[in-house]
Amino acid sequence: MAETQYQEIDTLLQKNSFYKEGFYTQTVVDKLEKGINEDVIRAISAKKNEPEWMLQWRLQAYHHWLTMKEPHWAKAEYAPLDYQDYSYYAAPQCASCATDHDATEDEDALIDPEVAKAFEALGVPLDDDAEIAVDAIFDSVSIKTTQREKLKELGIIFCSFSEAVQEYPDLVRKYLGTVVPYHDNFFAALNAAVASDGTFVYVPPGVRCPVDISTYFRINEAKTGQFERTLLIADKGSYVSYIEGCSAPIRDTYQLHAAVVEVIVHEDAEVKYSTVQNWYPGDEDCEGGILNFVTKRGLCEGRNSKLSWTQAETGSAITWKYPSCILKGDNSIGEFYSVALTNRRQQADTGTKMIHIGKNTRSTIISKGLSAGKSDNTYRGLVKIMPSAEGARNYTQCDSMLIGDKCGAHTFPYIEVENPTATVEHEATTSRIGEDQLFYFKARGIDEEDAISMMVNGFCKEVFKELPLEFAQEAEELLKISLEGSVG
Amino acid sequence: MLLEVKNLHAQVAEEDKEILKGIDLTVNPGEVHAIMGPNGSGKSTFANVLAGREDYEVTEGQITFDGEDLLEMEPEDRARAGLFLAFQYPVEIPGVSNKLFLFTAVNAVREARGLPPLAMDEFEALAAEKMKMLKMRPDMLERSVNVGFSGGEKKRNDMFQMAMLEPKLAVMDETDSGLDIDALKVVADGVNRLRDGQRSFIVVTHYQRLLDYIKPDYVHVLYNGRIVKSGGFELAQELEEKGYDDIIRQFSE
Ligand SMILES: Nc1ncnc2c1ncn2[C@@H]1O[C@H](COP(=O)(O)OP(=O)(O)OP(=O)(O)O)[C@@H](O)[C@H]1O
Ligand SMILES: [Mg+2]
Repeated sequence: MAETQYQEIDTLLQKNSFYKEGFYTQTVVDKLEKGINEDVIRAISAKKNEPEWMLQWRLQAYHHWLTMKEPHWAKAEYAPLDYQDYSYYAAPQCASCATDHDATEDEDALIDPEVAKAFEALGVPLDDDAEIAVDAIFDSVSIKTTQREKLKELGIIFCSFSEAVQEYPDLVRKYLGTVVPYHDNFFAALNAAVASDGTFVYVPPGVRCPVDISTYFRINEAKTGQFERTLLIADKGSYVSYIEGCSAPIRDTYQLHAAVVEVIVHEDAEVKYSTVQNWYPGDEDCEGGILNFVTKRGLCEGRNSKLSWTQAETGSAITWKYPSCILKGDNSIGEFYSVALTNRRQQADTGTKMIHIGKNTRSTIISKGLSAGKSDNTYRGLVKIMPSAEGARNYTQCDSMLIGDKCGAHTFPYIEVENPTATVEHEATTSRIGEDQLFYFKARGIDEEDAISMMVNGFCKEVFKELPLEFAQEAEELLKISLEGSVG
Repeated sequence: MLLEVKNLHAQVAEEDKEILKGIDLTVNPGEVHAIMGPNGSGKSTFANVLAGREDYEVTEGQITFDGEDLLEMEPEDRARAGLFLAFQYPVEIPGVSNKLFLFTAVNAVREARGLPPLAMDEFEALAAEKMKMLKMRPDMLERSVNVGFSGGEKKRNDMFQMAMLEPKLAVMDETDSGLDIDALKVVADGVNRLRDGQRSFIVVTHYQRLLDYIKPDYVHVLYNGRIVKSGGFELAQELEEKGYDDIIRQFSE
C-alpha cells in the first residue's frame, strides 16, 4: 500500500483533536491534600462516616498494597506513577446547599447546579422518568441516584456504594471482596484502600429489573485519582442490565482511574454488564490522558447463571482491563464481547479470563481490536478449564483491524485445559483497511470518511448488537468521532 | 463530446516507470468504444487513471469529462459526476452489506445531481428490479460486498451497481472475463438496456464474443501504452482471427 494513502488516513485521524466531553466544571471542592498514607485512609473513611469494619478493611488493603509492585507486564508502556502526587478524595460542595447528606428527601436541592449542568451537557438524564436509572458520580462522590423509589418497590437496591455501607452493611460485608479480594492485584489493593464511591446494586430473587441501570463517571478535578467500587448482586432467578459510561476533561497530566467491579450471579440469574468507555485519551501523543487500570470480575455462583460483559473502549491513554467470569455453578455461562479502538499513541491491553469450574459451563469471547495512528492494541485472554469442569466449552474469536501502517495489533490467548472432555475453539484474524477497498468505495461516490466508518462499523457489528440499543448508537458515534475527527 | 483524452502519459506514482505513453481518445454521448490489446499493455491502468486511482501519476496530457477537467477531481467526485468503473478484480468488503454500500453510493450520487435521496423502500424496490434484470438472487443484496462471491457473481454485482448508479460513462474492465456463456449474455443484455443514446461505454475486453452482443461503434488496440490502431467492429473480428502478432511486430520498440 502506497505511503501517500496512509499519510492521508493519518491526516484524517489527526483531525481528531476534538474531545467533546473535555470541558471543566467550576465548583467548590472538598479535596484532600495530595498524597497517600494511613492518615489519608482514615480521613477518607471518616469523611464517609464509615463503620470500623470498613476502615479496617481499607487499612489491611493499604498495608498489603505497600508490599506490592506496580505491574508493568502489560503491552503498555508508562512511567512509574508517583502515588504521592495524586489527591485521593475530591467532592463537589454546593456552597448554597445544606452540607450534610442525610436529608435525602429532596436530593436535587443538594446537587450543585454546575454539576447538574455538566451531566446535562453529557446527556446523562438525572430525572426520574427516563428510560434508564442513573447513578451519577462526579469525582469521588455519587451525586444522584435516580428512580430508586420505583426500584425499591420491587425490592431492588440501587444506591451509591457509600450509602450501601451505611444502610445495607450486612449485604456489603457479605459480598465485598469475595470476587476481587483486596490483595488480588496492585491496583485492586490500592482501590480497596482508598475507594471513593461507586455503585451498589442488589436484585432480589425472581425479580427482573424493568429498566437498564446505569452509572456515569465523571472525573473533573485535576490530579484526582478515581477509585470507585461497584458491587452488583443478582439473587436467584433475577435479571438486570447494567450500563457504565465515563468521561473526563482535558488535562495535561495523567489522571489515574483504578476501579474495581465485583459481580455475583446466583442460580438462574442473569447479568448483562455493558461499558462504553471514552475517557480522555490525551493530546496527540496521549500526554495527559486517563490511565485506566480496572479490575472487573464476576462470579457465576449458582447453576444456570449467566454473565455477559460487553465493552466498547475508545478512550484513555492506557487501558488495562480484563473483565472476567468465574464459572462456578454447573451450566453457567460467561460471555465477553469487546470492541477496543486505539488511535494516535493510545495503548490498550484488554481481554478477559474465563475460568471454568462447574460442569457444562460455557463461555464465548468475541473481541474486535481496531488500531489506528501510532497506537498499540493488545488482546490478552485466558481460558482455563479446571479438572472439575466436565463438558465445558469455550469459543473464542479474536479479530484485529489495522488502519494505517504505524499501529500494532497483538494477540495473546492463553489456554489451559485440565479436563479432557472440554472443547476449546480459538479463531483469530487480522485485516487491514486497504487502499483497494477505499478506492472501491470512492469509485462508487462514497468518500473516505464514510468508507472507513462503514468498514469499522461492519467489523464491530457482532459486538454492538450486544449493547443496549441507545448505547449501540452511542458506541457507533464514538467510533466515528474517534476515527474521523468530524464534529458530532 | 463526453470524454476527451489528449496525449495522456501516466506512470506508477513514485516510480520512474511510464505505463501510458500518450493516449488520445474521444467519446461522444451514446457511443460504445471497445479497447483491446495484449496483457500488460496498459488497459487497466488507463481505466484506473480515468477513475482517479492514486497509484498512478499523470505526467502529461489532459482529460475533459462532461466539460470538466477530470484530472482535477477526486475519485468520489468523478463517480458522482457520472463516471463508473467496473473493476477487472472487484474487491471484497467484509462486514459491509451490499445494501448499505449501494444505498450510500446511490444517495451520494443523487445528492451530487441535485436529486432528493431515495428512501430505503424506494431503494429496495429499484434494487429488486435491477437484480431481476441481471438474474441475481435477491439474497445477494444482504451479503457483504463481494465476500464469498464467485468470480462471475462479483462481475455481475459490479453490473448491478452500474445499473443502479446510472452513469454517463461506464468503463468496463474485462467484465466478460470469467463469465459463463449465459452470464455473458445477461451482462451484454444489461449493457444494451442501459444504452439510451446518451450513455457511453468504454469496454475493455480480450474476446470478440462480448462485442458480438454489444456491437461497439469503435474498436481500439492499446499496445505498449498507446492506441496503435482504431477501427470499427470489423477490427475486433480481424484481431480474433490473426491475434496481435502483426501489431506487435509493427510497434515494438
Ligand atoms: N501499481 C503498479 N505498480 C507497478 N507496475 C504496474 C502497476 N500497475 C500497472 N503496472 C504495470 O503496468 C503495465 C500495464 O498494466 P495493466 O494492468 O494496465 O495491463 P492490462 O493491459 O490491463 O493487462 P491485462 O490484459 O493483463 O489485464 C504492466 O506491465 C503492469 O505490471
Ligand atoms: Mg487489465
